[in-house]
Amino acid sequence: MKRVYLDHIAATPLAPGVLEAMLPFFGERFGNAQSLHSDGQAAAEAVEEARASVARLVNASPAEIIFTSSGSEANNLAVKGLAQAQRARGNRIVISAVEHPSVLNAAKSLEKLGFAVTLIPVDGTATVDPQAVARALTKDTVLVSVMLANAEVGTIEPVAEIAKIAKAGGALVHTDAIAAAGNIPVDVRALGVDALSLAGDQFSGPKGAAALFLRKGVRPLPLIDGGVQESGRRAGTENVPAVVGLGKAADLALAGLAAWEEKARTLRDRLLDELPARVPRVRVSGDRARRLPHQASFLVEFVEGEAMLLSLDMKGIAVSSGSACSSKSLKASHVLLAMGIDHATAQGSIVFSLIETTTGEDIDAVLEAFPPIIDRLRKMSPLYTEFLKENAR
Amino acid sequence: MIYSDKVMEHFSNPRNVGVLTDADGIGQVGNPVCGDMMSFYIKVKDGRLSDIKFQTFGCGAAIAVSSMVSEMAMGKTLAEAKAITNEKVAEELGGLPKNKLHCSNLGADALHAAIKDFEDKAAGRTKDAGAAAAGETEEHEDECCCPYCDGPLEGMESACHHCEIDLVECEACGKYTNKNDPTCVNCGAKLGPAAATK
Repeated sequence: MKRVYLDHIAATPLAPGVLEAMLPFFGERFGNAQSLHSDGQAAAEAVEEARASVARLVNASPAEIIFTSSGSEANNLAVKGLAQAQRARGNRIVISAVEHPSVLNAAKSLEKLGFAVTLIPVDGTATVDPQAVARALTKDTVLVSVMLANAEVGTIEPVAEIAKIAKAGGALVHTDAIAAAGNIPVDVRALGVDALSLAGDQFSGPKGAAALFLRKGVRPLPLIDGGVQESGRRAGTENVPAVVGLGKAADLALAGLAAWEEKARTLRDRLLDELPARVPRVRVSGDRARRLPHQASFLVEFVEGEAMLLSLDMKGIAVSSGSACSSKSLKASHVLLAMGIDHATAQGSIVFSLIETTTGEDIDAVLEAFPPIIDRLRKMSPLYTEFLKENAR
Repeated sequence: MIYSDKVMEHFSNPRNVGVLTDADGIGQVGNPVCGDMMSFYIKVKDGRLSDIKFQTFGCGAAIAVSSMVSEMAMGKTLAEAKAITNEKVAEELGGLPKNKLHCSNLGADALHAAIKDFEDKAAGRTKDAGAAAAGETEEHEDECCCPYCDGPLEGMESACHHCEIDLVECEACGKYTNKNDPTCVNCGAKLGPAAATK
C-alpha cells in the first residue's frame, strides 16, 4: 500500500540534494570547525556558508545566526537566555497562551527563578490581539514572545504589530517561527523582532539542525557554557553535517518559496473546503485566511482523535491529532483549550500537513478514506447517539 | 505500533457495538474530558448475560477494551461477569501502554455498572432512590477521584499520579480541575490569574 504521509509538521524527508551536501562532512571533510589547520578550516568554511544561507532565508546578517541542536533549544536560548540577560532591567516576561511547550515550559522554569510570566489569551481562532499585549506590558517587562505561526491550528499571528508595541514599551521581542520559516516568507527586519527561532526539519532539512536569529547587539545568557563556538553564545563542537544540511535546505526553500506556497495552498484548500462538505459536524480549527499554506486542521465532533489517527493509519494515511488520548501525557491540547473549545470537541482534533511532494491523488485518498472512518467511529460513539436523540426531539 | 496486535484487531473489528433499546441494565463510565466514555447495555436471562452491547467515545485502547469486555462477559453468569477486572481485560488484550492502563481501561467498570443497574431494578429499588444514591456516590467520587481519569486521589496532591494532569482546587466550586486550563472543568468558572500563570 502506498503511504500518504501528511504529518510534515512532525517530520519531513530531506529535500533532493540535502543528503548529498551533508555526506562529505561525515567522511573526508570531518574536520573540527575550530581547528586552525586546513582540515578544520574546510569545515569552518562550510559552516559559514550555511550561516549565510540561513541568514538569507530570514533576511538577517550571517553574524546574527546561531546554530542550535533543535527548535526547542533555540526557543529555550531565546526565552531563558534573553530574560536572564535582562534581569537587571526587570523580571517580567509576556508570552501567548498558545506557545509551543519549549516556550511555555521555558517560561515556567523562569518562574522558579523569580520571574513573573503573563499569559496572553487568544480568541477562537488562536489569534493574539496586539492590544492585549499592549495592556500586559509593564515597566519591568523585559521580553515578549509570541509565535509566528501555530503548527496545530495553522494560525499566523500578527507578530509585526506585536513587536512594534512591545518595542515601544522597551521589551525585547522573540518569535518562534519554527512552523513558519521555510514555508512562508519570513523577514526579521519587516517583523521587527530581536530574536527568531527556526528549525530545518520543518522545510526538508535534517533533524537536529536549527537556528536562532539574534539581532546584532542582543546577547543572551548562554544555556551551554564552554568554548567560543557560535561567538560564545552556544558552546559545543559544531554539528557540521547537520548545519550544512540546514543551509542547503534553506537555499532550496528560499528559491522555491513562492511556488511552494501557491501549490500547498491549492491542495490545502481542497481539504479545508471539501472535508467539512463531505462530513457533517466537522469544522476548520484556527484562522481560515491568516494560515500556514501547508496546514489543514479540523475539529470532528463526537469522535476522538487517536481513534481517527489509527483508522487513517490503517488506510495508509499518516496524520496528527491534538487529542488528550493521542498525547503521551493524556492532556488535552493547551492550544485548543485556550481557544475556548470544550474538552469533548478538542478530543476530535485532527491535523494534516503537506509537503512539496504531496499530490492531488494524496488529497483524493484522504477525501475518500475520511468519511467512512468517521461514520464507523460515530456509530460507536455514545456522544453521537445522544446528539441524534436530541436532534430527533 | 503502540498497541498489541490483539488491541488493533479489536479496534478494527469491535464486537457487540450498539445500543439495546430494551436493555435490562445500562452502565456508563468516564467523561469526554478524560477522553474516554463508555456505555454498556445488558440483557439478562436466567441469571446470565444473554446480550451485551456497548458504545465508546475514545481512543483505540478504549474501543478495544470495550469490545474485549463484551466478548469476555457474553453468556456468563452475573457472578462470573462481576469477577472480570480491568486488569484481566488488559491481560487478555496482550497488555496496554502504561499511560492507557488507567484512563482507557474502564470496560469492566462500565459492565459492572450495568449489572448494578439491573440488580437495583430487580430488587425493586425505585429509580428516584437509585438516582439519589448514584448522586451521592458521584459527589463522594468527585472528592476522591481525578476529574480527568477517575483515578483515586488521596486529596491534597498537586497532580494526578494516574494521568499526570496538574491539579488545583477551583476557587469557585472547590473541586479539582486542571491547573493549566483557563476554566474549571466542573463548574466552568474562570480560574484565577494565580492558577493560570503558574
